[in-house]
Amino acid sequence: MSDLKPKVAFYWCSSCGGCEESIVDLAEDILKVVAAVDIVFWPVALDFKKKDVEAMPDKSIAVSFINGGIRMSEQEEMAQLLRRKSQIVVAHGACAHLGGIPGLANFWNKSTVFDKVYHTTVSTDNAKGTEPQPKTSLDGYELTLSEFWDTVHPLDDIIDVDYYLPGCAPHRDLIINAVTAILEGKLPPKGSVLAPNKSCCDDCERNDSKPDKLQIKEIKRPYEVLLDPKTCFLAQGVICMGPATRGGCGERCINGNMPCRGCMGPTDQVHDQGAKFLSAFASILDANDEKDVERLVDSIVDPAGTFYRFSLPSSILKRKKLEAVK
Amino acid sequence: MTQRITIDPITRLEGHGKIEIFLDDLGNVERAILQVPELRGFEQFAIGRPVEEMPRITPRICGVCPTAHHMAATKAVDAVFHIEPTPTARKLRELIYNAFFMEDHTLHFFFLGGPDFVVGPQAPAAERNILGVIGKVGVEIGSRVIRIREDVREIMNHLCGKAIHPVCGLPGGVAKGLDEEHRLKFLETAKAAVDFAEFALQIFDDVVLKNKGYVEVVVGEAYKIKTYYMGLVNDRNQVEFYDGHLRVVDPDGREFAKFKPADYLEHIAEHVEPWTYVKFPFLKKVGWKGFVEGKDSGVYRVAPLARLNAADSMQTPRAQKHYERMYATLGGKPVHNTLAFHWARLIEALQAAERMVELLQDQEITSPDIRRLPTQTPTEGVGIVEAPRGVLVHHYKTDEKGLITDANLIVATIGNAAAINMSIEKAAKAFIKGGQVSEGLLNMAEMAFRPYDPCHGCGTHAWPGNVPLILNIRGPRGQLLRQLRR
Repeated sequence: MSDLKPKVAFYWCSSCGGCEESIVDLAEDILKVVAAVDIVFWPVALDFKKKDVEAMPDKSIAVSFINGGIRMSEQEEMAQLLRRKSQIVVAHGACAHLGGIPGLANFWNKSTVFDKVYHTTVSTDNAKGTEPQPKTSLDGYELTLSEFWDTVHPLDDIIDVDYYLPGCAPHRDLIINAVTAILEGKLPPKGSVLAPNKSCCDDCERNDSKPDKLQIKEIKRPYEVLLDPKTCFLAQGVICMGPATRGGCGERCINGNMPCRGCMGPTDQVHDQGAKFLSAFASILDANDEKDVERLVDSIVDPAGTFYRFSLPSSILKRKKLEAVK
Repeated sequence: MTQRITIDPITRLEGHGKIEIFLDDLGNVERAILQVPELRGFEQFAIGRPVEEMPRITPRICGVCPTAHHMAATKAVDAVFHIEPTPTARKLRELIYNAFFMEDHTLHFFFLGGPDFVVGPQAPAAERNILGVIGKVGVEIGSRVIRIREDVREIMNHLCGKAIHPVCGLPGGVAKGLDEEHRLKFLETAKAAVDFAEFALQIFDDVVLKNKGYVEVVVGEAYKIKTYYMGLVNDRNQVEFYDGHLRVVDPDGREFAKFKPADYLEHIAEHVEPWTYVKFPFLKKVGWKGFVEGKDSGVYRVAPLARLNAADSMQTPRAQKHYERMYATLGGKPVHNTLAFHWARLIEALQAAERMVELLQDQEITSPDIRRLPTQTPTEGVGIVEAPRGVLVHHYKTDEKGLITDANLIVATIGNAAAINMSIEKAAKAFIKGGQVSEGLLNMAEMAFRPYDPCHGCGTHAWPGNVPLILNIRGPRGQLLRQLRR
């Protein structure tokens, strides 16, 4: 392996493996990437370990792609280690970027999660009330487990992040563009999201079907209506996060005839995706009076879980207050 | 003096699974366990969500097998709304599901599990990966592997929006139909998939079955545990991935139970241990007796070999031929040899490909009749599919608005959680004697869990694959005596 090639690391924290699959899905392009860089750490595929990374000089890795949110003590440790060793850290995918779907757990805390998983789930048989412990003894041998936190954090809660590669999972074009920009040294300002700064609606094929003035009289859940494959979802009364969501995803969900759920996060101008959607949404409600508004808003069955589906941990809400749980 | 050996799959780093082996005073193995140190708690944060969103939320349990969670969730939502998909929608779901099985199984064979055999158990670690496989079988075949995977995933991308985290499932149907142009295109892909699955079996035949040394490893006692087996079967007791009844056979291969998905709680319960975040499912009517084999222990196994053991036959003719050959070669049913999971996986890939062809030859699959609208009040429902890695259960209860009030998930990999621990312990006992730990142990211990394709994305997220290992042998005060790595 040449020392001249830029050194690249990949790591995952509290995520599903989909971001890793998105790398495998580059198919033949992955071989080009492998030829251009020196992968020094990729636990999924290669035999290097934490100690090897610790032994590297600080800043010797050109770029680390880290996916997943942070919810366990060991994930925090690894993120900090890679930050020390890397010139650039990219938050790879919606979980590292925003917290992602596992961030919905921020409506709860460790004890409520444990209570459900280890005690009250209907198939659990746990008369003794056992729970996983950071330290246990098994037949006299001491065992340790990584600690589970109350809160899921996006990566930039824990370490300084240079760039964000959005999406769940990121579109292959965005991955290729990001890698190319890094290899060619043509990087945007620090803190940039490596995707177009426009809304999902801007590129949506259904945009033309959107009336000049959208007016929603009634809100429908996706299962309540036969979804027209050509018409704007909002025009059909179905909540679509497109207006509050960054584009560049290839509108793959919409091509699958299902509305956007916001995995790309907000555009640059917007801090809070859920708040942005609410303001956009309020402007298209066809309401005559306050009562009408109330009726329409009440018909949204899970506003927080819908508007913050991917972004709760990075939103102004961050998490539900613990006292408020239960 | 006791010793402790830690095999740390650094792929999951300390974060995602490590093996601890404890030696007694004589240096023989007393216990071996796999710790899975990760948890996300989907059952809890499902609460309050609209149930129809679960097919879009739960795939994030695992990006390696999101289609399995998507389909189990979609079927559970059907049940919650008391509705069945239209015949065309069901066919489309089955097409998506068989395409997913085909590509996932072949991914495992060529990228992940296969290198053990294709490149060889003793090959250097640097070659035990897809590139090593390409080196062994040739670049042309290597790019054929990459291409067929891409083509089959194109079917999923077209029908489900995204192969990684599909969106198409709705109660009573699917969101998007299939037109004639794409049917014809995908039919060609499906035929190529059949050829490819046959070709993979041919490679298995040439490389493994014709090599006496490998066959001895496959049938060896070190990789054999006698357990119950569970799998979905259709109405003819044939191997089925998408729908059907769950059938359980005992360690002698006799039917022990057969039940509807909705009745799973009468048969399956989960045990909790304090040293790992995963739970251990067991057969309720036998009971949890610890990590032990045999008829008196409720431990059961799931996934390819378990499905073949639990069924009477395959659904499709070519796969059936290979099924008969496997049992003839390995001494009849049930087969307890853990390494036979690899063989069974390829036979299933062939059935999945053959089913893709059958479904795409059926003109009804292009009908626009792809949705039924629910009319009944949502209540409670169970959806069970076979994930590539085993039986997958989604169970939701809702209020009258369809908001979730309780959820239970039994994910595929943990169906084998107890068996994986037992397999590792058995291999460790076979290969570590009198404190002698050879380099070969690393390969051998690793090979004891890879057949299960342990996708801990579903229990955590251990990439089901080429897990580089480090093995620490420690003295009683934890001091490092020796380190082996590769």
